[in-house]
Amino acid sequence: MGNITVKVWAVLLAALGFGIFAHKLFNIGLPLSPEQSAEVWTVQARIAFNGGGGPAKLGFFIPTTTPGLAQLDEDFISSRFGLAINGEGDNRKAEWAVRRAKGLQTLYYRISVARSDTGFSDWGSKPRFPSIPEYEEPYASAIKAIIEDVRSESADVQSYVRELLEQLNSLQPSENIELIRGRADTHKQWLEEIINLLKGVRIPARMLWGITLSDAANNANLQAMLQVHNGKRWLTFDPASGDVGIPANFLSWRVGNEPLYTVEGGGPVEVVFSVSKNYRELIDIARKNAEANNSVIVGFSLLSLPLQNQNVYRLLIMVPIGALVVVFFRTFIGLKTFGTFMPVLIALAFRETQLLWGIALFIMIVALGLMLRFYLERMRLLLVPRLTSILVIVVILMVLISIITNELGVDRALSVALFPIVILAMTIERMSITWEENGQREAMVQGVGSLIVACVGYLVMTNESLMYLMFVFPELLFVILALSLLMGRYTGYRLLELRRFRAMVIEKDKN
Amino acid sequence: MKWFATPSQLRARGVVGLNQRNSDYIMRYNPRHLYPLVDDKVYTKRLALEQGIAVPELYGVLSTQHETAELDRIVETHQEFVMKPSHGSGGNGILVIDGRLGSHYRKANGDLVSSAAIVHHASNIVSGMYSLGGASDQALIEYRVQFDPFFSHISYQGVPDIRVIVFRGVPIAAMARLPTRASDGKANLHQGAMGIGIDLETGISKGGVCNDEAVDRHPDTGYETTGIKIPHWDEIMKLAIRCADTVGLGYLGVDIVMDRDRGPLMLELNARPGLNVQIANQMGLYDNLKKIESIDQLPDGVEERLAMAKAA
Repeated sequence: MGNITVKVWAVLLAALGFGIFAHKLFNIGLPLSPEQSAEVWTVQARIAFNGGGGPAKLGFFIPTTTPGLAQLDEDFISSRFGLAINGEGDNRKAEWAVRRAKGLQTLYYRISVARSDTGFSDWGSKPRFPSIPEYEEPYASAIKAIIEDVRSESADVQSYVRELLEQLNSLQPSENIELIRGRADTHKQWLEEIINLLKGVRIPARMLWGITLSDAANNANLQAMLQVHNGKRWLTFDPASGDVGIPANFLSWRVGNEPLYTVEGGGPVEVVFSVSKNYRELIDIARKNAEANNSVIVGFSLLSLPLQNQNVYRLLIMVPIGALVVVFFRTFIGLKTFGTFMPVLIALAFRETQLLWGIALFIMIVALGLMLRFYLERMRLLLVPRLTSILVIVVILMVLISIITNELGVDRALSVALFPIVILAMTIERMSITWEENGQREAMVQGVGSLIVACVGYLVMTNESLMYLMFVFPELLFVILALSLLMGRYTGYRLLELRRFRAMVIEKDKN
Repeated sequence: MKWFATPSQLRARGVVGLNQRNSDYIMRYNPRHLYPLVDDKVYTKRLALEQGIAVPELYGVLSTQHETAELDRIVETHQEFVMKPSHGSGGNGILVIDGRLGSHYRKANGDLVSSAAIVHHASNIVSGMYSLGGASDQALIEYRVQFDPFFSHISYQGVPDIRVIVFRGVPIAAMARLPTRASDGKANLHQGAMGIGIDLETGISKGGVCNDEAVDRHPDTGYETTGIKIPHWDEIMKLAIRCADTVGLGYLGVDIVMDRDRGPLMLELNARPGLNVQIANQMGLYDNLKKIESIDQLPDGVEERLAMAKAA
């Protein structure tokens, strides 16, 4: 296959990798670095009631849809109570039940949310158009007048409701409006009046209850908003200002005007809401967010694996990066190493021992092993038994180093046990053969080459941001594949060849 | 001498780098299935014998640990012999014995070794110590080349050989490789042997290279290495061409030794010949490679291709 084919593949793979990467970055909102964090609001409802001694049952509405916010976690703390969660129209209701409840019973419901522009959610229900109620006089004519008045100045449901709210909230209200206002003592009653009014023009309307999220509010209350249905979806209005839309930091809790809780076999019930703010890593939020949206791409990510497997992959996914370092050093620099990927394995071992200790221990074991290997050479052992002997010697050396350094109180050196012993044994064997066959110089060149590549590999493979990037965006492996394809077609000189062939240039210049 | 050459300087001199050699020549012209023909020296030797190509006589092959015990019997009638791994590379594992002293054998560098030591060496070879990947191997025992006296005053011990690079059946470069004290009698440049470029047309030696540095005297003997006419030059070139035809590899290194009695003998073939030949000749391979590559149909006749090589 020609250069073109390779380049086309490289471009395709890179495009695929970067495409998924960009999608996850911009559409799902996965952060580029692990440090980014965002505000998380935790709302807790504490529900307390006195049990009557017999069976008790408590129903409590809990949030379903949280537009503008993404739900991260939800907890129910309800020791002895059985819990069932049921959907009721656009609401969700937690039902706690216990066979015998005596004395004060305390239940907790906790929800954590974070701001999110991507996790769009809405109420799905489509209400029926209400029938026009039989208004009583004198209100009937007042209502009729208001309705007609507003209708003349509006085009659709949204503008109608806005105009209506504007008139109702007017600072110089008309007589008709004064009459309606007189009927409502509380905020809730006032909303009920508005809903009643809207029935007169057959616009479905309801109340939306929710909590304004503000820092450290220990006694927050549910507030009511007005929702009207425009035939397609629910529109939310602030009944006091007439503003459309759900305000920022408003956690919607339930809709309708059924009571927040119901209790059987106990009472009276006291509900206290508290709101607190904390910070959490953006990645968690993005993940929960994507789960909520059933995003296939995030569903297939490493983040969905069990935690212990995740840790394996955190390491594994860095191996291609290490291999890329080896490719670079061999193809572009021209360094010689023992084996192709042995430096990667040494670098992996360095992860556990830290760099300086790793190099020191590695050199110590290889040097000692090499000396003993030269002695073994004189015994004329067959290949496999000799390799086994080296392996045993390596383990003995490791045990000795661990014990001695422990006695000396250098606990870092205990990590010598984390070196892959087979790798050490192979290194010693390869090095001693190279030493004998190609001379000490060549063995040193390859040994130093391996160490240099391992050190660079270690530095790259343990880079926190890179690890995070590869783990969260494993599709970047396609980009790495593309890179290695391109590097595989590099036919230029290696850096060390420029030195190797330098004699040719000088000679020509002399002539 | 400067520390580094620039890529443009090297390109101007037609120097081929390892990456280019691998991807543009070895991968393109050397099909992998043909590698065993050259990597297995026992096989190469049998193939060469079939084709009537002159090679050092084969005394015996040891294929199992059990057979290594027969070593003494095999070499009974031979004062001198060479033992090497069938799958060795870079000249590793080659043992040259040039005489006996009682029950001991004398190595080319004068060291005496016991019979047990060379049996152990054979055992190491068979167990795969010198083969790629450590696969079990065969030990080859063959005639020790009596090198042509014309080299003897220049060279330090060991067998000097001539490496001819043959591309698509046409020789494109050649060098003589002289063992040095540092190379322990081996003719491999990366072990410290000296390489001397040879003019393809005349067979006369040019300057040389030792440890990647240009030299014109042998480092041990101090003899001038330029201007020597290599005897039987046409024969050597033709031998190289016929070897390439036999194995079918497009980019081949043919190692030829000059025997006092038997003339040029093919010692071994290399599917991945090194690039030092460029330094030895003070000439890059690229121009010749391009010239040969641009010809669609190369002539079949050995003589015609010899003429092509000389004209290049």
